[in-house]
Amino acid sequence: MDMLAPTKLTSLRERLALRGIDGVTLLVLPSVIFTLAIFIYPFIYGLILSFQPINGTGALANYIAFFSDPFLYNTIWATLRLSLPATIVSVLFAIPLAMRVRLMKRQRLLTTILVLPITLGTVLIAEGMLNYLGPQGWLNRTLLLLGLIHAPLVLVHNYWGVFLSLIVTLFPFTFLLTLSFVTGIDPALERAAAIHGASSWQRFRHVMLPLLVPGLAIGFCLTFVQAFAVFPSAVLLGAPQGPTRVISIAAAQAAFEQYDFTMASAIAMIMGVVQLAIVVIVLVGRNLFYRGATSGGKG
Amino acid sequence: MQLASTPFQELRLDRMSRAFGTVNALSDITLSIRKGEFIALLGPSGCGKSTALNCIAGLLATTGGGIYIDDKRIDRFRPEDRGFGMVFQNYALFPHMTVRRNVGFGLKMRGRPPAEIAEKVEAALALVRLQGQGDKLPGQLSGGQQQRVAIARAVVIEPPLVLMDEPLSNLDAKLRLEMRAEIRRIHNQMKATTIYVTHDQEEALSLADRIVVLRDGGIRQVGTPHELYQQPAHLDVAEFVGFRSRLSGRIVARDGDKARLSVGANELAGRLVADLEVGAAATLAVRPDDIGVTEGPGIPAMVDAMEYRGREYVGVAHTADGAELIFHADQPSEPGNPVTLAIDPARALVFSA
Repeated sequence: MDMLAPTKLTSLRERLALRGIDGVTLLVLPSVIFTLAIFIYPFIYGLILSFQPINGTGALANYIAFFSDPFLYNTIWATLRLSLPATIVSVLFAIPLAMRVRLMKRQRLLTTILVLPITLGTVLIAEGMLNYLGPQGWLNRTLLLLGLIHAPLVLVHNYWGVFLSLIVTLFPFTFLLTLSFVTGIDPALERAAAIHGASSWQRFRHVMLPLLVPGLAIGFCLTFVQAFAVFPSAVLLGAPQGPTRVISIAAAQAAFEQYDFTMASAIAMIMGVVQLAIVVIVLVGRNLFYRGATSGGKG
Repeated sequence: MQLASTPFQELRLDRMSRAFGTVNALSDITLSIRKGEFIALLGPSGCGKSTALNCIAGLLATTGGGIYIDDKRIDRFRPEDRGFGMVFQNYALFPHMTVRRNVGFGLKMRGRPPAEIAEKVEAALALVRLQGQGDKLPGQLSGGQQQRVAIARAVVIEPPLVLMDEPLSNLDAKLRLEMRAEIRRIHNQMKATTIYVTHDQEEALSLADRIVVLRDGGIRQVGTPHELYQQPAHLDVAEFVGFRSRLSGRIVARDGDKARLSVGANELAGRLVADLEVGAAATLAVRPDDIGVTEGPGIPAMVDAMEYRGREYVGVAHTADGAELIFHADQPSEPGNPVTLAIDPARALVFSA
């Protein structure tokens, strides 16, 4: 046999191994099946369903109906009006806190306290806040007692109730994500900046922040997607017929009050498109910044 | 308050100390550094040399003593107010900035006009021979080039003091030699006072005007490379400058600074470093260069291993009573063969045990 000729691979197994496929690869099968069954199939089913309206003519009837009824299309703005500020506030609060916590030796206690709201779930938090922020709640009673206000603040069953509960549920998540990005930055970089004359603000502005931007963009997207899907707190703490009639409420009403699953599917698709649009804008913006390593050298 | 570019005559450490809890990482370091000097802090890992450097830089607070520039006490200044330059072991270049912006960082933080920054950055890049690389990101450079950028970033602000924390330890052997020469050249050109931390005695000997040997958080010896190499004052220091064989024994005779020791079954001669009386326990320290193979009378030993060093061989042998000797030879010898060794009495040093 000519030794210079390319070796012919006879067995299928060898050829697959060269492409990185071997027995271990089979372990991804369960998750592939799961994803297909739980995500891809319902998504495509819902997409098709949304083009098969029960009343109306033409495949686009549901979408036309949505965008011609202000009671429906205004839910997009109502949701964005809640979710965007809540996301921005969460991210902005998370940055300074993460910058400080990164220097602490006992991070675990604080982390535990912050993780609790995530584990409690939105409904429990909403119930708690209903009492806490209500007209007879501790907050109003304390403020009245201190003479800071003369009439109870209205913090529930309106925009602010939902906004605050969004912050409480989202902030821990945003914070933990931000903390992991902040601690991923080589601490030697900040020391180098300090030595070469940068004040603490300059160190943040010129070294930490540019390296954090890609992480913050991811944190923003993940927080926003959660905030956009707000449902329980919008119903419990908000004014579900008024300013906090968010898009998920419209979808729920279509599905469970009018029993029009095709309309509900169409609303869900619109919801997805709006979320995707915001995420794409943020990620495109992220590409304008440096996105490489966050350590200052080799070794 | 900025100290950058302020001319000064002397940097003085006055009983500088640093404790971590109850552990003294650094105790009572007193040292005076003249303007333009190149000082090496030499010692094994854990001796406190990096702690000392970080205290001087202001990255670590001192827990005792003071740091003075001439008569100004600076040990409570924040690092950004000390105006020093520093080269880090892992370079610590800002990965999102081009080489040019990395080098110009210190000037920008000081609010210098862009024209001046551009001019000084070009000059610094020329100094470290990186012209034409200014628009690259650090990640696109090799390790040696990254270290050059780090040096340029430290010296471009014309700091009164440049601190270097084992800057060559991440480079391969050939590059290390090259950068060593570069650092010396840049120092000669800039005349910046430099404190250089290293655990590599060769680096310290070849670079420094004076070497400070640290051990267990304290200064063991301060001297020129020549003094340290010829006259180590301590057994630790001797070990660090190549006295690899150590023989424990007892002084049997003394004449001025010459002494004779009984080491096991042998009697050996050397020069006294410590003031030791007859009968005192002592250690004889010798370099491999000063232990040779002899035909005549000497120390009988057994060869353990031989290593080829190009010009000659360096071997390890042990005596009947277990002492290890590291010697040089022109001819190789098989492990297990007997060999007779002789120690040059003029170059062997006697320390207190």
